[in-house]
Amino acid sequence: MIGLQRAPYVVILVKMAEEWAKAHGGALPSTRDEKEEFKELLKAGMVTMDEDNYEEAITYSSKVFASQGISSDLLQLIHDSCSEVDSNSSDFWVMVAALKSVEMMLLGLHHDWIDKLLVDFRETEIGQICFSVQLESVRHVLLYEFIVNEGGGEAPLEGSIPDMASSTELYVNLQKIYLEKAEADFLVLQQRVKSILKRIGRDPDSISKAMIKSFCKNARKLKVCRYRLVEDEFSNPAASYLQKYLSDEEYSVAMGFYILLRAVDRFAANYNSFPGQFEGELDEDISRLKTVVVGLLNDLGCNGSTVTEDLINEMCRFGASELHAVAAFIGGIASQEVIKLITKQFVPMVGTFIFNGIDHKSQLLTL
Amino acid sequence: MAESTVHQSRSRDLDKLLLRPGNLVAPTFEPGAQLRDDLQEYARILVVGAGGLGCELLKDLALSGFKNLEVIDMDRIEVTNLNRQFLFRLEDVGKPKAEVAAKRVMERVSGVNIVPHFCRIEDKDIDFYKDFIIIVLGLDSVEARSYINAVACGFLEYDSDDKPIEETVKPMVDGGTEGFKGHARVIIPGSTPCFECIIWLFPPQVKFPLCTLAETPRTAAHCIEYAHLIKWDEVHSGKTFDPDDPEHMKWVYTEAVKRAELFGIQGVTYSLTQGVVKNIIPAIASTNAIVSAVCTLETLKLVSGCSKTLSNYLTCVEFFLILLYFGISSCPSGCGNHNCLLQYTIHVTESDGIMLTIEMYNGMEGLHIKVTEFVKDKDCLACGPGVLLELDTSVTLQKFIDMLEEHPKLLLSKASVRYRAMNLYMQAPQVLEEMTRSNLNLPLFELMGKVPKDIVHVTGTTSRDDKKTSCLRKLRLVFKGADAVTDQDMAVGA
Repeated sequence: MIGLQRAPYVVILVKMAEEWAKAHGGALPSTRDEKEEFKELLKAGMVTMDEDNYEEAITYSSKVFASQGISSDLLQLIHDSCSEVDSNSSDFWVMVAALKSVEMMLLGLHHDWIDKLLVDFRETEIGQICFSVQLESVRHVLLYEFIVNEGGGEAPLEGSIPDMASSTELYVNLQKIYLEKAEADFLVLQQRVKSILKRIGRDPDSISKAMIKSFCKNARKLKVCRYRLVEDEFSNPAASYLQKYLSDEEYSVAMGFYILLRAVDRFAANYNSFPGQFEGELDEDISRLKTVVVGLLNDLGCNGSTVTEDLINEMCRFGASELHAVAAFIGGIASQEVIKLITKQFVPMVGTFIFNGIDHKSQLLTL
Repeated sequence: MAESTVHQSRSRDLDKLLLRPGNLVAPTFEPGAQLRDDLQEYARILVVGAGGLGCELLKDLALSGFKNLEVIDMDRIEVTNLNRQFLFRLEDVGKPKAEVAAKRVMERVSGVNIVPHFCRIEDKDIDFYKDFIIIVLGLDSVEARSYINAVACGFLEYDSDDKPIEETVKPMVDGGTEGFKGHARVIIPGSTPCFECIIWLFPPQVKFPLCTLAETPRTAAHCIEYAHLIKWDEVHSGKTFDPDDPEHMKWVYTEAVKRAELFGIQGVTYSLTQGVVKNIIPAIASTNAIVSAVCTLETLKLVSGCSKTLSNYLTCVEFFLILLYFGISSCPSGCGNHNCLLQYTIHVTESDGIMLTIEMYNGMEGLHIKVTEFVKDKDCLACGPGVLLELDTSVTLQKFIDMLEEHPKLLLSKASVRYRAMNLYMQAPQVLEEMTRSNLNLPLFELMGKVPKDIVHVTGTTSRDDKKTSCLRKLRLVFKGADAVTDQDMAVGA
């Protein structure tokens, strides 16, 4: 493949993928053998033995086989009920709504692909419904249905690219192309945001350019965290989750401790001391705690589930002790979360975290 | 009038774990006051590093019942340490970290004794490390870990059934952090994989190829490293670049800007220049607190047996090599972050060796804690039985040292050789070198008392990722024809 000797690996992969698709009826490598074959073709393209860019192409060839389209997380997001916006909606959901409506435009499909799509869908139910409508609207509807149902389409481009072995000129050119596409995607989204804002009766400039740009840049990592009130979780944890966790090997110890921590509180309320706090009463406390646990599980709607004897014994053995290292750990986790919330960076924890210092099968429980 | 106050023991909380029997404990656990007292009196713990992790470790260990601690760190306190190395204050800047850390913890926790060592880990005799029951690592480099690992594993000996001899096992607890991420692991040489066994887990450090820097720069970092590594020497030949000298840093920045302009590259800033040149990785206090806490818990459990540990939780029956793709799909920056251990997968298989479990902490995307298991490499250079070398009885010590440089598994230059408690030859310090120089011309076989085979330890420098690092290796020497010689001697004697 001449002309690619100093090209960044992305270009090599795209060219190779195009050639493959032409020779294989438009499909990309999917089976294990096909993927191996693709890699071999890349190797064959190397002229000398140590071409970094070809080696990178081989290393990153999996990007060609990766499933396209938007992630299930993002799909879930655009289907969230909050994405049906009105004048009370937050800026975030306005932008999600814009993303949803713009997905079809960001496919960047070629016209002949669209025609092919039209031909394929003509015989289907969707095709029947839409065929009588104007061509442009057909395109929109078909694409929308395709994206939403089949998960195709892409999120707005982020714009930055990692370093790649390449001549400076080609790399800088590639960077420019990505930045331009990212800018174009942003402009489309910005347009949609303005029109949605108008539709819901808000000032079309009320969401800043910087905010929309940031939204685009992070489109692939968007997340919505929903929290229950602590009081709600405490008085009404989801029984189905409790039962599921108690019977799952990975979760059962953490879940057991959750129950036990609450049982210990109940015990203290009943007996004015913590189980195992005093030496002479260890055995009695074990059976008392067990009774409390059973009662608690009943109250939480999990009569069939149990917490193991070992854990109950261990809880009594602990006797309400506070080890510095455990306190330091929990303090560290909590302050970590505070930092994230205050600096508005990364994703805060959602759920109840149970630290298990015995085998470190600590878990985040959604209750 | 007698007061009926109950005297609260300082050890009240720990006592619950150390004095009471339980079911989820180590098989060797013997609860009782003796255990608690032994922990205080006899358990000596070494903390390697007195920085972000080290400060937390010293505090945690001191508050967890350990009274005999030592800490080693070669650095002095800098202003940028103060956001998390909480034992240090502004007036301490410039003082040795190990000394200040030890002093502060001793001021706050009465009864604890901490001996500081302000020096490099390589400066200590190997025997120094022998006295500790556990070595806890709070280090920030692969090289340092590799060295300590080799030292600890160097003590390991195997019996005739290829089982590790218990008295020679020196456990390590290793912690590491970077930003919001961190790990803690327990290494039992001979049983779990050691650091060297799984060193392949670490992605190679980011090194820019020289041709990229010199001919085809693409990023701001390339321009900066060009100025730092290439242009500096061209213009200031002889003068060492000092990253702490603002004039030097400014010069690099200016040159980097020029280069970037030449190639049309954006993004060179003064702050990026500092970051690239000093290889600054942001550090967060809370991550250090978390990882140190886990390390301390594991240390307590290992020494006392008061609860099961990371390394032996699974029974032999339940063995699986599990490495779940830990959090890679949730790694925010698409895992361009080359410094996380999260990038690798291993297939699920069965094994009959005890496995290393690593607790990995990732605080960026929500909260992930995952325990993963690995297997020891039986040919490991550090914790295996040692590289086997067959030698003629006539080989001199000098020839032996020369051989080490060429040996493909070792590539060890400037080797010092140690046999049992004897320094056969030391490259440094000068006094020892002069004292042992005369051994160089003698046959190694004789220097080792004519034993047919035994273990020696060699230290020297080797190259890893184009960087020279200190290295320690355990070697099994077998002398050819030696058995015949001793038989002959015996025959003559009789």
